Amino acid sequence: MDILSLVFETGFWLATVRMATPLIFGTMGELICERAGVLNLGIEGIMAAGCMSGWTWVYLGGTLWGGVLFAACVGAGLGLLHAVFTVHLGLSQHVTGLGITMLGASLSSFAFRMILPQVTTPPKIVPFAPLDIPVLSTLPFIGPVLFSQTALTLTAFILVAVTAYVLLRTPLGLALRMVGENPLAAEAQGLSVLGLRTGAVMAGSALMAVGGAFLTLAAFDAFYIGMVNGRGWICIALVVFSSWKPGKALLGTLLFAAFDAIQMRVQQQSISAIPYQFYLMLPYLCSILALIAMSRKAAYPKALLVPFRKGER
Amino acid sequence: MRLEPRESMAFGWQVGAPLLAVVAAMAICSGLILWAGASPLSAWGLLLKGALGSTFALTETLTRATPLIFTGLAAAVAFRAKLWNIGGEGQFYVGACMATWLGTGMIDLPAWLMIPFLFLTGALAGGLFLLIPTWLKTRLKADEVVTTLLLNFVVLLVVNWLVFGPWKDPMAMGWPQAAPVVDSAMLPVLVPKSSLHLGFVLALACAGLVWWMMRFTVWGFEIRAVGASLKASTFAGMPVGATIVRTALLSGGLAAMAGVSELCGVKGYLTLDLSPGFGYSGIVVAMLAALHPLGVVLSAMFIAIIYIGADSMSRAITISNYIADVTTAVSLLMVLLAMFLTRYRIRWK
Repeated sequence: MDILSLVFETGFWLATVRMATPLIFGTMGELICERAGVLNLGIEGIMAAGCMSGWTWVYLGGTLWGGVLFAACVGAGLGLLHAVFTVHLGLSQHVTGLGITMLGASLSSFAFRMILPQVTTPPKIVPFAPLDIPVLSTLPFIGPVLFSQTALTLTAFILVAVTAYVLLRTPLGLALRMVGENPLAAEAQGLSVLGLRTGAVMAGSALMAVGGAFLTLAAFDAFYIGMVNGRGWICIALVVFSSWKPGKALLGTLLFAAFDAIQMRVQQQSISAIPYQFYLMLPYLCSILALIAMSRKAAYPKALLVPFRKGER
Repeated sequence: MRLEPRESMAFGWQVGAPLLAVVAAMAICSGLILWAGASPLSAWGLLLKGALGSTFALTETLTRATPLIFTGLAAAVAFRAKLWNIGGEGQFYVGACMATWLGTGMIDLPAWLMIPFLFLTGALAGGLFLLIPTWLKTRLKADEVVTTLLLNFVVLLVVNWLVFGPWKDPMAMGWPQAAPVVDSAMLPVLVPKSSLHLGFVLALACAGLVWWMMRFTVWGFEIRAVGASLKASTFAGMPVGATIVRTALLSGGLAAMAGVSELCGVKGYLTLDLSPGFGYSGIVVAMLAALHPLGVVLSAMFIAIIYIGADSMSRAITISNYIADVTTAVSLLMVLLAMFLTRYRIRWK
């Protein structure tokens, strides 16, 4: 197979951008949580809950955007639970996060079985259709790759710009970053550390859930148990890879989606000497390598994993 | 709302808190049972009966608890040293792969030698495997939570390749599974006509051994000290690096023993679904036990009861057996809450 010719193929980039979309939502969500000082290992379960709740909303007759909004609310709810445990009570962010992941994933599977007790083939919904934005989508190359995607993909790209702007250029962003770097100083400034962290975790979790909803509402048209399939964990690695910067995070998600797209093509051709499982390993192995490369710079938000309690230091 | 550290806590409360938490978790999950249109009391009754009600049910539950004791101990030992090993699932399969590699005809030993040999080599492989992320953590500062987690997927893909490729058993009528281990590698059954195997006794012995080590030996003290304060242990001149390596070997080894035990005790051959998430459940088991090695046995029993009982409950009343997963997750969160309340009191103002 000729990898070089892939780079010039529109279809490949179309697939890459599509596959990057849930990762962009998840990575932005995780990045916001971590910038405020809270590691959210609940992401895998929150994405599963978003997958399931968005799909259910549409299956029961709601609109597609209603499904996205509902998923976001469910995500924010799980985020609130995570925040109560980690921010307000100061419990281990690792263990609580894993608990949230288990809860989100198992509740989604349980609810799915409750709503559809006896089905072998999951029913389908009508997913988001690709947009064809006039003028823009006729641009060479960029047109089909960026402007013939679904509205959610465009939203994801806008989200990165908005997150970067809010986080790095506004007083709210400054407050959030301060809470993640030096909560004591933030408190001295009269900021509510607990409030800001809770808000960040809820907003971030809502975004993760939208990333999950993209899978059922735009990428596929049905819900399968286990369909998030490790994407959440990849997002966590991507946040480290990006050294907590939105722009770099976007680059990282595109890079990983490209790996995924290459892997799919190799699998389809199935003439390669290397078994396809090894291509599937690449995103995970690259995540680990990226982690090693980036961890040396150690740009961690200083107060990540450190619970904050008033009057305790 | 203000949080105040408690000066001390009666011993009874420390033991009682997790139990109360479990009751709370069951109360919360009763809501889901009501949603399914059944009565919670009779549902939990059916669950208990299905897990403990007969000799068959009891042996099934103990069989299910066996791998959970191993993976629970693995998590408990590592977490005590604040080595966040989330990779129990991967180490489980490393152990199972090692046992498949050596146990399917490569080596021929009598059973009394073969079984210890497979457990030792499996544990060694799992321990060495955990050394990779541990080394990345200590040398290159790569967060072990993420690396151990990502390696789970890598190991599972290797197993996927093995059972579809080089290790695929031609006698398996096309199913993706490896050849069965030789007869001398199969663990003897403890109760006739049941699935309960020698692995259970071994798991209990490991729990006792780990408890003794943590409580009475220098190694155990060092593990606890490194977990309590890395700085203080370094300052006190403890061999911090060596302790972390020992913890990793022990933790990875225990998780891998779960894999050997399931392979040689239950299934007999390697498949992709040999573990329905034993590595991840092990984390819950360890947390429910407050990282106490003997408590691990009890909490593994609890999780096993929930799973085996939920299976028969879901057959008796139409409710999805995912209720077991939900109960486990809610129990974990409730135990976290309970452990918090034994350390702090909440003052409402």
